[in-house]
Amino acid sequence: MNKMLTIDGNEAVASVAFRVSEVIAIYPITPSSGMGELSDEWAAQGKTNIWGSVPKVVELQSEGGAAGTVHGALQAGALATTFTASQGLLLMIPNMYKIAGELTPTVFHVAARAIATHALSIFGDHSDVMSTRATGFALLSSNSVQEAHDMAVIATAATLAGRIPVLHFFDGFRTSHEVAKIVAVDDEILAKMLPAELIGAHRTRSLSPEHPVLRGTSQNPDVFFQAREAQNPWFDAFPGIVQQCMDDFGKLTGRNYKLFDYVGAPDAERVIILMGSGAETVQETIEHMNRLGERVGLLKVRLFRPWAPGALLAALPATTRSIAVLDRCKEPGAEGEPLYKDVLVALAEDLSNESPRFAALPKVIGGRYGLGSKEFNPAMVLAVFEALTATALKRRFTVGINDDLTGLSLPFDPAFRTAAAHDTFAAVFYGLGSDGTVSANKNSIKIIGDETDLYAQGYFVYDSKKSGAMTVSHLRFGPSPIRSAYLTGAGDAKFIACHQPLFLETHDLLVHAAPGAVFLLNTEVPADRVWAALPPAMQRQMVEKRIEFYVIDAYQVALEADMGRRINTVMQTCFFAISGILPQEDAIAAIKHAVEKTYGRKGRRIAELNYRAIDKTLACLSKVEVPATADSAATQAITSPQVTEFVRKMTLPLIAGKGDALPVSLFPADGTWPTGTAKYEKRNLALQIPVLETDLCTQCGKCVFVCPHSAIRAKAFPAELAEAAPPTFKTMKIRSKDYPADWKMSYQVAPEDCTGCTLCVEVCPIRDKSNVSRKALNMAEQPPLRAPEAENWDFFLKLPDYDRKIAKRNTIPGSMLMQPLFEFSGACVGCGETPYIRLATQLFGDRMLVANATGCSSIYGGNLPTTPYTTNAEGRGPAWSNSLFEDNAEFGLGMRLATDKLADAARTQLHGMALEVGDTLVEALLTADQSSEAGIHEQRERVAQLQAKLSHLATPAAEQLSAIAEYLIRRSVWIIGGDGWAYDIGFGGLDHVLSSGEDVNILVLDTEVYSNTGGQNSKATPRGAVAKFAAGGQPNRKKDLARIAMDYENVFVAKVAYGAKDTHTLKAFLDAESYPGVSIIIAYSPCIAHGVDMSHNHRQQDLAVKSGHWPLLRYDPRLRDQGKHPMSVDSAAPSIPFREFARNEARFTVLERQNPEAAERFMVQAESDARLRHQEYLELAEMALPEAEIAKQAEEASAPQETPNA
Amino acid sequence: MPDLATNYLGLALKNPLVPSSTPLSHNLDPVLHLEDAGAAAIVMHSLFEEDVRNDELMIDRFLVNPDSFGEAAGHVPFGHDYQSKLDGYLEQIQILKSRLAIPVVASLNGSSLTGWVELGKEMQEAGADALELNAWFMPGDPKVSGEALEDHYLALLRELKQVVSIPVSMKLSPFFSSLPHFVRNVEAAGAAGVSLFNRFFQPDIDLDTLSVVDRVHLSSSADVLLTMRWIAILRGRTGLSLAATGGVHTARDALKMLLAGADVVHMASALLLNGPQALKDVLAGIESWMETHEYESVTQLKGSMSQQNLPDPSAFARAAYLHALDSFTPPAGVRY
Repeated sequence: MNKMLTIDGNEAVASVAFRVSEVIAIYPITPSSGMGELSDEWAAQGKTNIWGSVPKVVELQSEGGAAGTVHGALQAGALATTFTASQGLLLMIPNMYKIAGELTPTVFHVAARAIATHALSIFGDHSDVMSTRATGFALLSSNSVQEAHDMAVIATAATLAGRIPVLHFFDGFRTSHEVAKIVAVDDEILAKMLPAELIGAHRTRSLSPEHPVLRGTSQNPDVFFQAREAQNPWFDAFPGIVQQCMDDFGKLTGRNYKLFDYVGAPDAERVIILMGSGAETVQETIEHMNRLGERVGLLKVRLFRPWAPGALLAALPATTRSIAVLDRCKEPGAEGEPLYKDVLVALAEDLSNESPRFAALPKVIGGRYGLGSKEFNPAMVLAVFEALTATALKRRFTVGINDDLTGLSLPFDPAFRTAAAHDTFAAVFYGLGSDGTVSANKNSIKIIGDETDLYAQGYFVYDSKKSGAMTVSHLRFGPSPIRSAYLTGAGDAKFIACHQPLFLETHDLLVHAAPGAVFLLNTEVPADRVWAALPPAMQRQMVEKRIEFYVIDAYQVALEADMGRRINTVMQTCFFAISGILPQEDAIAAIKHAVEKTYGRKGRRIAELNYRAIDKTLACLSKVEVPATADSAATQAITSPQVTEFVRKMTLPLIAGKGDALPVSLFPADGTWPTGTAKYEKRNLALQIPVLETDLCTQCGKCVFVCPHSAIRAKAFPAELAEAAPPTFKTMKIRSKDYPADWKMSYQVAPEDCTGCTLCVEVCPIRDKSNVSRKALNMAEQPPLRAPEAENWDFFLKLPDYDRKIAKRNTIPGSMLMQPLFEFSGACVGCGETPYIRLATQLFGDRMLVANATGCSSIYGGNLPTTPYTTNAEGRGPAWSNSLFEDNAEFGLGMRLATDKLADAARTQLHGMALEVGDTLVEALLTADQSSEAGIHEQRERVAQLQAKLSHLATPAAEQLSAIAEYLIRRSVWIIGGDGWAYDIGFGGLDHVLSSGEDVNILVLDTEVYSNTGGQNSKATPRGAVAKFAAGGQPNRKKDLARIAMDYENVFVAKVAYGAKDTHTLKAFLDAESYPGVSIIIAYSPCIAHGVDMSHNHRQQDLAVKSGHWPLLRYDPRLRDQGKHPMSVDSAAPSIPFREFARNEARFTVLERQNPEAAERFMVQAESDARLRHQEYLELAEMALPEAEIAKQAEEASAPQETPNA
Repeated sequence: MPDLATNYLGLALKNPLVPSSTPLSHNLDPVLHLEDAGAAAIVMHSLFEEDVRNDELMIDRFLVNPDSFGEAAGHVPFGHDYQSKLDGYLEQIQILKSRLAIPVVASLNGSSLTGWVELGKEMQEAGADALELNAWFMPGDPKVSGEALEDHYLALLRELKQVVSIPVSMKLSPFFSSLPHFVRNVEAAGAAGVSLFNRFFQPDIDLDTLSVVDRVHLSSSADVLLTMRWIAILRGRTGLSLAATGGVHTARDALKMLLAGADVVHMASALLLNGPQALKDVLAGIESWMETHEYESVTQLKGSMSQQNLPDPSAFARAAYLHALDSFTPPAGVRY
């Protein structure tokens, strides 16, 4: 019997790639990272390839590096591979030309993903793959998880046999992240598919000093062209070779593939041609249509390059009258997308043959679908077939969207369903990214896949937030293979579960429910009272759809089972108990078996607790009778914020999850969006929020300083303004003498934006003298505070901000009175990065240009629907953009150069217009001191005066100057990114910018891993830490970026950790910004990837500093001119052992439990690293001498003339 | 050569020196050295209830069900060779058992009645010869009576005894209002021995941070007296094996414990400070003292100075306390 596996697409591919490779070069990029992660883990576990050796898995600094490494490994005779997507694939293109040009066999596995254009998208389409058409790589497509597994084998066999390298691709997310039940290809079949003689031939061709050759020559006009043509026979032969491999594979496995696979009516008149997961949906639809008497067909393109038109034509039924070619990419300005054009050319050439296959050219139309993982479902397929019968053919079209701008889109009937919608059991689950819903569902799929004959499919949709991300799991089960590569439709799910009662308020949870569906709700409201607590709309739907309603208090059950707040097992048990998908007894036995498998060696006691929770769940699950009528007394929270037209039409629907319905005409064509929109998402994530005790508070500002979500703020204002305050609004007499004595101070929480991380309470230094557990800030339950505090927050926002011109911004309390222009981001609860960004916006936000590298900070900074960057009362605020991952430093440098250039131009023109504008104003504008807030304010006023004058003048010169006059105001350019960017992929550019001398501020948010893509190892990962891509522990010392930067003597460098020393951080930011050259701040940013709860964020920062892991320092080149040492080491010598810092973080302790000897060795080394580094810094600080002294010493040294080599 | 053999928890031991629960048993080598130095059995480091619990939380929170979002299904790789603290402990029992000739006593430390003592069963299955139950519970709730507290300890013991058949010794604190009474109940609840006394981690206040900190305080010979008195009182009043622990640094300390009636004498601080040699020295010292004083065997010596065997039983009781106080006179020049 064939071995069945229930796995996702990435694992299906990696399991083949790993077993048939010797060198695997990796670099993280969504959605392909999983393949690299698994390869690294398997290598760390000592798993072998089919030839008995453990593949060497190596992470590079970029995809460009990975491709180069693969190229080298291939040249040296190894079987090598890599995995990538999107921009990563673009970075590989130069090497792909080389590899193909040298006829070198390899397979690159690509989880196809959109390329960033007007916006980044992590989701799937074929624009990346299509960009490689000219490289010479063969392009082989898989349409499902099973096919991705199989094609990985066929691609490897074909490349060895035919010497053409293969790019094997499958749809990002839709296939890479879909969990499905597939038949596994075992080692024996792999060995048969990859004959030793072909591998031997590859080795023979390799570079070897034993039989040396020269490759990679440069060629002149006399020969290059001919040599290029010399490889034609290989390309001509390759389609045949691929087909042969497919046939061989079919004989071994029973799964048969063709270069072009036709399915459908043998006498079809209408045919759709496409590749990728959409083909599965089309197949499901045509099977449905043909059963109803239609004659339609589908041609799946598997081998797209080298293009084999003969095979294409032969596969099409001779009856074909019209063809729709669907491309999952966009080639702006072209006469059609690539597949469409290739099909057309094939048909046209066929027609000119002596005996054409088609007597008349079939009608061909070309359309785009599914860009950036846009839904593609049977209703859309039907619309395409209908378009083929239309009297007036639409040559170019799109499907799946409403294009009311250029009218390209086809209308479709959302109510259309195939029979498959009824034959499969669909279930939808709503959960949080942190509550284990997704992992429980993956587990359920595995259980059903492994324990029954049913086929299973799981697909998981996340919103764009990191804190409190909502997850929607779409599961399907059925007796035959599931081809539905689309989400559960409205009214199709027989089971709906809501794991978080929070969503009752915000989402239409029953939209997917079929009539008679089961609805399971986790709620603490008892079964006899829950009906009355439901929103009216939900009650109505439940009555109309005759919903079977079950409730459980999962948190209580988990608590009683000694499982804390872990509800995943409880909810999973409910699913099995009431969905009826398996007999209950079998289902429960299967869950218990799965628990045993999950925990195995890792924790038998946890397994025991899970068993207990399972048993308890069954006892606590209650059925609620749904009354015949809806009668809810519950009222929904009403928020009607004052918003702009744009926000009302775009942002609010996006927040409500209705983005799919927005028409094309509403969208900004150039990707430009307004800022200040995060405030419209009231997410109410916090169970508890901080409450101020005005009798204790000393107004130190620390709570504001540490808040990752800018949800607690301070304002100072004249007492009379407080008179109109809501009754519970808290004010305090101002304590500092820096303010008028009769002023008030207020610290206010945004109750619906706070995420409940507790960091403000944790940092609060003030305790009640007679009860140390009472601080000036304490956490309290959010629900009763929500309404009054929301009112207080509104009132607080209306209070005027403190005057920036006079704010004491070099103190914590003073700087914290400045308005944050970065608020309520979707960053993780307790994020260690965001306080730094918020601080920068408080200090400089009204004149900030931000270049942001791709990563967490670009996702919580700029992922729709909203952005945390916002504006002040005057409408000023950070202007933000993201270019790429790899070029951020250069991108920011460009911003600086443009700013300076235009400021120069403005100054020149101003000189030229001195007569018209007036000497005094010109002089003042040109010589303005803008080193202080007051100076900048005055300059702004001067520019306003200038603009007024220029508008009166209304001459061409005046208009020209007017357009650039704002550049006369000093701008602060910030280049922000994580360690993956700064240490690895962007280091070349960063290094160049460091050397540029330009006035830019670089903020490196160092989380010591690639946080955004899931915690992969970077060169910032410390020794001894486990990370993805370093599953065996990072063996090397962390790269010292500060030292590298200090090597450029004119760079301001700071290493900060706000949780250890906030004043140091503040000072570093102020000094960096004021420094008139390159400044770099390397900021320690604890991250959930460290495996420590972020409520301990500050403690970990403090321990990092105390252990010497993160020494604090500043290097200010200005000090040299003042005769002082530029470098100061601002933290003491390591005072605690490194392990005392490390033992709290799973990234270190995991290694201790997997490989204790290595862990111990690393700890010892890390400790000595810390001591040594501190010593080295001290020595550097000592060595730095005033310039005069250096000159004197140089003079002394040069005095005695020595003869060289004497 | 005097016969040093003794019997503890039904286990025949070659001598009465048993290293008590210390971090030394985390690794095999130090334990082998202890065996070579003459240790008659080994009590392993404790498996702490809190450790097991935190480990579960950590595994679940960061490894099995980590925070996830669109681009990341988790952040820390979770290898198949990951071993929980519990399983690491069980494996350590197996390793020690496979390499040592002397008995291995596993140690459970915790306080709650949530089923964690059931872990004892797994320790038994892993090969432990006996178990030490270090049930440590700080009573802070004024509504909990001394009796209720004692019942809690006994309930834990009964829970454990229900799942294991190997002998169980209970490690006690010195803070029971009627220790002999409680020990009788411990015996009735199925224990095979008691170990006197456990050494508390005594929390301290850090005046700089106004936070409570843990510090480890090692014992000194001065600590012997507390244990010695209670051993002497209990000897003959209970059928349980008696283990004396706390402050044994020298042969003289150990001999006092034996004379008072201990079946075995535990050592910890001395081993942490001076290594296995400390045990060797104590053993040699005992032997030489017994030879000098013409004792034939430990059996003969054991309990010979228990309270029951003393000509003046009040020596270990209150009368002696008065005498001790009287013997202390202030130094000259110190004004009270």
